[in-house]
Formats: sequence, C-alpha cells, structure tokens
Amino acid sequence: MDTILSILNATLREAIAPNTAAVAIAVIGLNIHFGFTGLLNIGQAGYMLLGAYGMAISITYDIPLLFAVLIGFVVSFVFSLILGLPTLKLRGDYLAIVTISAAEIVRYSGRLAAFEDFTGGSQGIFGKDYQGPFISLSFLGSGRLTLLEFNYTDVADGARWVQVLGLIALIGAIVGAVLLLRSLKSAGGAVLAPMSSTVRSALVAVALVLGAILTVVVPAYADRDTATDIFSRVVAFVIFTSIMLAVLFGGQAAFAAWKTAKGRKAVLAGVLILFAVLAIFFTFPKTYDRTGVDGWWVRMIAWFIVGLSCAVVFLLVRSPWGRLLRGVREDEDAMRSLGKNVFAIKMQALIIGGMFGSLGGMVYVLTGTVQADSMGRSLTFFAYTALLLGGAATIFGPVLGTIIFFSARILIREASGAYIPDAIMTNSQTEQFSYVVVGVGLMLLVIFRPQGILGNKRELRFNV
Amino acid sequence: MLLAPLALLMGAPPANAVVLCLAQADQTGCVTGTVGNRANPVEGVDVSLLDADGVEVDSLTTEADGKFSFQVTEAGDYFVSVGELPDGLEVRPPAERFQGPDGSIMVTVALGGSVSPDLNVRSVDFDAGGDSFGDQIIQSIAQGLRLGLLLALASVGLSLIYGTTGLSNFAHAEQVTLGGMVAYGLCNVAGINLWVGIVLTTLICGFSGFLQDFVMWKPLRKRGLGLTQMMIVTIGLSLAAQYAFQFFVGASQQKVVVRNFDVVELGPIRLTGMSFVAMGVALVAIGIVGYVLLYTRVGQATRAVSDNPALAAASGIDVDKIIRMVWVVAAGLAGLGGVFYALVVSNGIRWDTGMQILLLLFAAVTLGGLGTAFGAFVGAIIIGLVVELAGPLGAPGDLKYAVALVILIVLLMVRPQGLLGRAARVG
Amino acid sequence: MSETTVGMADPAVRRQLMADVAQEPGSAKPDSILSVDNITRRFGGITAVDVNHLEVQRGMITALIGPNGAGKTTFFNLITGFDKPSSAGKGAHWSFDGATLDKTGASAVAKSGMVRTFQLTKALSRMTVMDNMLLGAKDQRGESLMRCMFRPIWSGQEREVEEKAAGLLERFKLLEKKDDYAGSLSGGQRKLLEMARALMSDPKMIMLDEPMAGVNPALTQSLLGHIQALRDEGTTVLFVEHDMHVVQHISDWVVVMAEGQIVAEGPADTVMANPAVIDAYLGAHHDTDLGDDDLLDEGADLGPLSETAADEEGSPPPESHDEGKHA
Repeated sequence: MDTILSILNATLREAIAPNTAAVAIAVIGLNIHFGFTGLLNIGQAGYMLLGAYGMAISITYDIPLLFAVLIGFVVSFVFSLILGLPTLKLRGDYLAIVTISAAEIVRYSGRLAAFEDFTGGSQGIFGKDYQGPFISLSFLGSGRLTLLEFNYTDVADGARWVQVLGLIALIGAIVGAVLLLRSLKSAGGAVLAPMSSTVRSALVAVALVLGAILTVVVPAYADRDTATDIFSRVVAFVIFTSIMLAVLFGGQAAFAAWKTAKGRKAVLAGVLILFAVLAIFFTFPKTYDRTGVDGWWVRMIAWFIVGLSCAVVFLLVRSPWGRLLRGVREDEDAMRSLGKNVFAIKMQALIIGGMFGSLGGMVYVLTGTVQADSMGRSLTFFAYTALLLGGAATIFGPVLGTIIFFSARILIREASGAYIPDAIMTNSQTEQFSYVVVGVGLMLLVIFRPQGILGNKRELRFNV
Repeated sequence: MLLAPLALLMGAPPANAVVLCLAQADQTGCVTGTVGNRANPVEGVDVSLLDADGVEVDSLTTEADGKFSFQVTEAGDYFVSVGELPDGLEVRPPAERFQGPDGSIMVTVALGGSVSPDLNVRSVDFDAGGDSFGDQIIQSIAQGLRLGLLLALASVGLSLIYGTTGLSNFAHAEQVTLGGMVAYGLCNVAGINLWVGIVLTTLICGFSGFLQDFVMWKPLRKRGLGLTQMMIVTIGLSLAAQYAFQFFVGASQQKVVVRNFDVVELGPIRLTGMSFVAMGVALVAIGIVGYVLLYTRVGQATRAVSDNPALAAASGIDVDKIIRMVWVVAAGLAGLGGVFYALVVSNGIRWDTGMQILLLLFAAVTLGGLGTAFGAFVGAIIIGLVVELAGPLGAPGDLKYAVALVILIVLLMVRPQGLLGRAARVG
Repeated sequence: MSETTVGMADPAVRRQLMADVAQEPGSAKPDSILSVDNITRRFGGITAVDVNHLEVQRGMITALIGPNGAGKTTFFNLITGFDKPSSAGKGAHWSFDGATLDKTGASAVAKSGMVRTFQLTKALSRMTVMDNMLLGAKDQRGESLMRCMFRPIWSGQEREVEEKAAGLLERFKLLEKKDDYAGSLSGGQRKLLEMARALMSDPKMIMLDEPMAGVNPALTQSLLGHIQALRDEGTTVLFVEHDMHVVQHISDWVVVMAEGQIVAEGPADTVMANPAVIDAYLGAHHDTDLGDDDLLDEGADLGPLSETAADEEGSPPPESHDEGKHA
C-alpha cells in the first residue's frame, strides 16, 4: 500500500507541475491548429522555444516583464508569417515538413555558439537571469504552504487507513462524475437559456468588487513586502476577478441548469469533480514554497493561464470565426465556393495557435532554464499524443490529455521501477520503458479511439 | 555539508564507466555532455565536476563516445573542468559569463533537470589554417556525395512509400537506425563477418518492412484510417522505436565493427576505403531500383499505383502486393543505408542516429518532388552536398543541417512541386 | 436589378427576349451577366477547354450540356477561379456583372455574387447541417477575428442568419435534419444542402454542377421547382446537366459543349436538332452510355417530363463521376 501511495504521490506531483501546465497551454494552441483548423503543425516546440527566448532574452536586457511577454508574442507572430506565407496555399504535408524543419532550425540556431551571448548556446539561459521580475510579482508571501491545510495527517494522527479512505472517496467521486457525464452525453447536449444582459452586468460588477476586496485582503494576510508593488496588485486583481467571474457565472449556470433533470445531472457531476479535487489534496497534500522558483506562485500562475486559455478558446471557437476554422478543416474548396478567404483563415489560426504555443514556452521556462534541446521534436510529439488523448477539437481535451499524459508516464515509470525486478528492467530502463509505452499508446489511441477521452465519436464517423 | 559529496562519491558508479544520469524531480539533477562533439568525440579525457567552492564532486574519464555524465543532489552552480586533452586540441572557450576559474565552464543545475555544457574542441592552431580552401571544398564535395548517396538509399524508399500510399512515414529514420543496430548486433556482438552481416542486415530490415505492412499498415488501410491519422501512427512508432533501441542497446554510441578503416587519399580527397565501398554499393542499389521501376512490369505497376491506386486496381494490379513490396524494398534500403551510415559517416550507431537525419530525408524527398523516386535521389545528393559544404563555407556546427532546411523552405516558395515534381494542380 | 429581369417569371417575355438572339456559338445576348473570351485550358497535350466567346443572359436559366469529357466542369472551374486557364495573360478575359474576373481568386468570385456547387458534393461532413448553412451567409461580423470574442457584437446578426437558414432548409425539406451532421445525409440530401448553402449568400448567379445527379426522384420535381422559383425571383442560373428531360423542362437557353468547344446555342427545343449537336454526341458515341442516347432520342420529340423518366434518373448515371478525372 505504501508503495502504491508513494507512486500516486509522485504521479500527482507531475500532474500539477508547472511544466505540465505549460505544455497544456501549447497543446491548446496545437488544438486550434490541428483540432479545429486541420493544420498539420509539427513545430509547436519551435513556437515554445521562440516564446521562451523572446521573453527571457528581453528580460536579460532589462525590458519590463509585460513587454518581454509581448516580444515573445511578436516573435511567434513573425514566425507564423514566415511559415504560413509559403505553405498555406499548398497541400497540408508541406506545412508539416516546413514547420518541423523551421522548429529544428530555431533549435540549432539557439544552440549555436555564435549566439551564446544571447541564447547561452547549448547551456541555455539560466533561470536566475530572467525569473526575478516574475517572482517579484508574487503576492503569496514567503514561507511554505501546504495544500490542503486540512488533510489526512489531521485525522487519527495520519493513520494509513485515513489516506486509503481518501483514495477510495477520490476514486468513487471520479467514477461517479464520469458515469454521470456519460449518461449526459448519450442524451445529447444541454442548451442553456441565454443570460439577460442585466444579470450579466450585475455578475461582472460583483466579480470586480470581490476581486478588488481580495486584492487588498490577501496580500495583507500573506504578509509580504513585495506585494505592495503596483504591478503585483494589478496581477492579483486580474486573477481574483477572473476567479470570481468563473465562480459567479458557473454558479449562475448551475442554478439555471438545476431546473431540468439533465441540468441537475450536470451540476452533480461538477460537484463530484470539485469533491474529487479536494479528495486528491486531502489524500496527497502538497507542500511547496509559497513564492520561490518552484513554488505555489508559479503553479498558480501556470494553471491560471491554462484556465484563461481555455476560456479564450471557448469564446473563439463558439463564434462564427470558429465555424470558419471547422469549415476549412472539412473542405477548403467548399469554403472558397462560399466566398471565404481560406488563406486568411488558415493564417489567423496559425498565428493564434502559435501564440498559445509561445505562451506555453514562456511558462515552460519559469521553473528551469531556456535550453534549446528541452524543446525539441519529441516535445511536439508529446503534445500531439496529449491532444489526441484528451480529444482534438474539444475545449478541455488538451488540458485533460496533457495532465493524463504526463502523470501516466510517471505512473508507468514509478510502477515499473517499484514492481519489476532490476534483473529484468534496471532503473534507467524504466524511464525508456515509459516512453516506449507512450509511443505505443499514441499508435493505439489513433487507431482505436481517435476521438480521445472527451471527443465526440459521432463526429469522427465520417471520413473526409 | 562535507559528507554530502562524499556520500555521492560512494554511491556513484566507478568513475570510468559512464552511466547516463537521469534527473528525478526534486531529487537529482544532471550534468551531461560530450567532449568534442558527436561526430568527433574525444576519448580518454579526465572530466571533473567542481562545486561552487571549487571542491571536486565527481570525476571520470571519457570513453570512445566522449560522453560524461554527473549526478548531483543539490541545485546550484557547478564548474566542469577538463583535464589534459590529446595533443593539438583545446576546449573552445565559452562565452564570458560561463567562464569559471582555470578554464572551467560554469553550469547551473536545477533538480529534475539536465544541463549540458558545451565542451567542443578545436585544434590549438585552428586559425593557422590547415588545408587550402580549394582542397577543403573538394574534400567537402566528396563527403557530400558520400552523405548524399547514403541519404538517397533511405529517401528513395521514403519517397516510394509516399508515392504508393500517400503516407509521410516519420518512422523511416528508425529503419535507418535499425539497420545500424542489427549490424551492430551481428558484426560486433555476434562477431559475424562484416560483409555477411551487411547482407543479413539488409534482409532482416527488408523483412521488418514486410512485417510492418502485414501486421499494421495493411490492416490500417483496410480500416480506412485517414492519412493524417496514419502519419501520427508513424510518429508514435518512431517514438516507441527510439526508446526501444535505448532500452535494449543503451544510450551510448555503438560501433558496428571495432577496427578502424584505412584512409585512402585521392589527390586532396581523404576518405576511408569503406567510404568508397559504401558509395559504390549505394549507387548499385539505387541503380537496380531505378532499373526495376523503369523497365520491368513490377516497376510499371508500382508507378501505376503511385499515379492512381484506384485505376491501377481496376486494371488488374494487385495494389496490396505492390505496396507490400515497396515496404520491403524501402525498409531494406534504409537498413543498408543505416549500416553504411554507421560505418563511414557517424562512426557508430546510436538510438537517435536516424532521428538526426530524418529531416534531411524529408528535405531530400520534398526537394525532389514528393513521391517521385528519382527526385528523391537528386534531392538527397543536393542535400548531402549542401550539408557538407555549409561547414567550410561558413556555417558553424549544427547549423549546416539548418542550412539544408532553409534551402528546402526557400525552394517550396518558388517551386512548390519540387525539382522533378509535375506542376500538377495543388490544393 | 436590371430592367430585363422584370417580368422574367413570364415565359412569353423570356421567349420574346431571346427570339432575336442568333442561334450560333458565342452569340451576343441582350443583357449578358457573364461574358467569357478566349479561355483555353490544356492538361498535358489535351485541350480540355477552348472557348472563344460565350455570353450568359441575365435572369434566365441557361443549361450547359455536352458529352462526357466535353470540358463542362473544367469550364466551371475556370470561370469560378478554381483553376487557371492556360491562356491566362494571353487574351483570356471574362467578366461577371461588369467586373472583370481574370485574376480573381475563387473566394472573391463567390463574394462578387457568382456562387457555384460541385459535381461531387462538398458537404462539410463533421459539421451540422445548420452550421453548413450558416457558413454560407456573407458579411458576418462574427467572422472577424477581432470581433468574434465579443458575442453582443454578432449575436443579433447570427439570429437573423439562423432564421434565414431555417427558412431555406424548410424550403429544401431539410429542417428536421438541422442538428444532424452533414456527413450523415444521403447523397441527394447533400446536393440539396449544397444548393441551399449557396443560396444563403443571395447570389446574383448560381452555377449548379449536375444538381440532379443522385437526387431522389421524388425530390427532383421539387428541386426543379426551386430552380425555376430562383429564376422568377431574379437569380440567374447556369447549370450542367445530363438529363435531357430536365434540360428541356426548365432551361430557357441551352449551350452545347463538345471537346472543349462550344458547338451550338439555342432554345432547348431547337438546339437538339442542330447537326453540330448530333455530331458532337454521336462523334463521342463510344464514351456516351446508352442512357444518354435514349434521352437524346426522346429529346427529339419534345416529350414532357414523365414520372417514369424521372424514376430512371433516380440512380445517378455512372458516367457522372468520370469528368472529375479529366479536370
């Protein structure tokens, strides 16, 4: 039991790691390319690398963080233009070959000794050279923090059975939520009544007020000196207000949905998922620095950006513009015959998805170094696996897929390390074994469940 | 504080056997790298790792692959120091901010991560200039032809597969690696005669192509899996294969045969005798494929399938048989290319040898025109020449590969159908 | 709206208007909406299309017929910007509603009001029927990347477009399928969907490439009704069709192509008697199936559209798929 719990603990650590969040953001971008528009971009790691270089190099030249991030975006924008202009008018394979080549060119150039003064060559740019401005934005205070503060160690002196009980509750909650969601899916999508503009404005106003209050209260509670910085306050305000918006609008939607039987099921599933998250941290409490290089602050921001990205993608793809993307994915000629500028649509998709890629890259380097080889081809391939695992052309598929992908790999590695004797598989072989499983998994996934976990099987029945 | 490095030393493997360090989140970090570079590693160099205070943490002596690997349990700044180098060589000095005391190189290690300091070497009299520029160019052209012919072995198959099935096979590079690996197993481990080994390797690799088509690709075609999905399947296969190689053979470079080959000098050209053999065999093999494609019924049928599978099937050609044959030939040629690549270009085979040249293969195939076998041949020669000539013409280090890719992108802008592709309607 | 379209619903007016038009290839029309000059297209050594001059009369239904391989679909591709003439820059010129289209891409052609459908339908399979329809609408504010994230900017227009789409779907008997994936529709329903989708943009001229192929016979009649209604509302129709009954039944003017060239023009009832047309069909006898010959015979005695004939047309003629190859 102890071994199992420690394996699960390591798995969870990977699941909430900032790097997982970073890749999730890049996969969200890849989803816009591949899932919604059908663009075969095999150079997403190149976008990540460019975003990371753009931000990190700017900061080493004392450019403020906000502008450094913008520079990262601009670099990826230019990259999209360079990739897109020659290839988007050609057949899809050409984009694939050009993107993967361009990503490699970026990587080779980044490693080049000639650029060592900018990129640090093959060693890369050290974290301490660019992480400062980001860390100093933190309003979480210093010291260490455990999530949840109330956990299994507080019950019956942290006896093993409490932890096991938590695990059982967790599994129960997840199974329940999945069952509920499955029964919902077979019943078809629920339609929420549109919200009146008065209610909407009121909710936004409440969220703004609550956000402002929290901005004042939380740094005081965290007792942190640097939190007096004005930018830190702005960041705090944005984060708290967004969270409040999500809570209020989610609550309102849940309230509205409660009126129908189907809606009640959906709300119940949501509650179960929330409970499962609590059960996770009850069973496996996590302790990190509040603010340090690898602490809660970077985790919070990373996952906050993931949430924000999902929201933006939701707004984008549920609009007529998103419809254009799917139309291009289905048949470019049909779209042309309807007077749509296919080239422009593809270019826009490439740019937007690429920006998510570069944002992912920026988050990816917040805990480590900007090193060219850490964002190579394999990372792009992992991103594809994660995307297909979660379900292409869905909103939450990329996030779910990335979390499952990374934690499953750790799970495989730890489990094979713990249970397979060294005579059969040495410790370093378990690492390789986990990647072999990933590769085989990707193949099986594409063959047997191409729609992924969240995708719609019905949508894939028609081969185009 | 004093005990920590000591404990590490006790726990660490003997200094002369390089075990690749694997970083574990929150527990260990790694400092790994190669003295020299992958193509020209330096053997027998003492490398030591010093902590921020200059105290030695660990040290080892490099083997034939020039690799070193250290594991640390505390994040922070370390220095990598290199001992006596073979005569005439020195470590290329790093950028100022990485320079540590006594010519050492600073690295910053984070737990769960791996850093690789750049320990490239150059000859002490590097700017005195050895050969004349003209000789360098001629030597590079010879090397370029050699690389081009070996690339052609693999890219002709890649192109045939694309032509007959429409599939961009990302796992084709692993077929190249497989060739080297099988030859390593046969000739180095089992001690079979090299020539017998090469023939056997080609046969085994060809069989692997047959097996793949039989077990995987044919059923998938029957299932009606889309080409994009199939392409992603090849990506998965490529990942699995790479790590399977690592799993079975390890992460270090393995030589196909232990002995070194004699160098033959032809005027300014200095290549190993084996290089000339490799070029000859490649030419003959490609010549046979070309002859079969042009002048035999099977070749005609193959070209017919490339043009229009439905029409070919309707006119009585067994499309599945043709495709199976293409897989066998493609895998066999790639394996053959892999053996020679390991023998004469990369000085051994590693799990990622194929991956290193995958993009060159795609560049060659695209450059010549997707799906045309002769285009792939021409493209491969051009790519080989570009890669080898880029060095003396001023592209440093790995950038020579990038130059080939830049040329590819530029060509796609002006002539999207490739050099020999038909100007058919695109899109 | 041009004056000549006034009263186009009246057959007598239409007949009157075309009475003076010379019944010869490339004849001038009283009010042409599309005018084409010197378009040629070669594939390898074969000349697929070689049209010297053609005018299409505004507000009428013009049929484009011809044996297989006559280059009808290629001609469609050329003037709608999906293909480039070999004669581009060497005298090729064509204009639609006064605007020249020589260098206009496919999407811009469609935007200018000339919308086409495809011989092999291009339904967007993994999208719902309704989404397919909504894509057809022009000038949607929500299709701009800058504005699409702000729902209030486009939700009003979206509702209008949806209403219009529902109306058209109702008319084409597809309304109850609006939430199904387009890929789940039958071949005939896809044809209908494609036509309805093309109408979402209120085109000035609609170009239908074999609209009847594969359509359920029960629907053929109503489809013909739709096409006529379109004309009566002022839309110009140009269509490629193999079924001579259909051609006779609804077209006001017929253009005959053979071996890439226009060999004859005229009203449906007289053009089939033209020696050049008989030549074209008989000359191409070896690759014309018997169905076409039968139709040709029946066409000569001007039989009205009978139920049996419509039934025969229920299964698409096998040759209807060949032409894509030539293109």
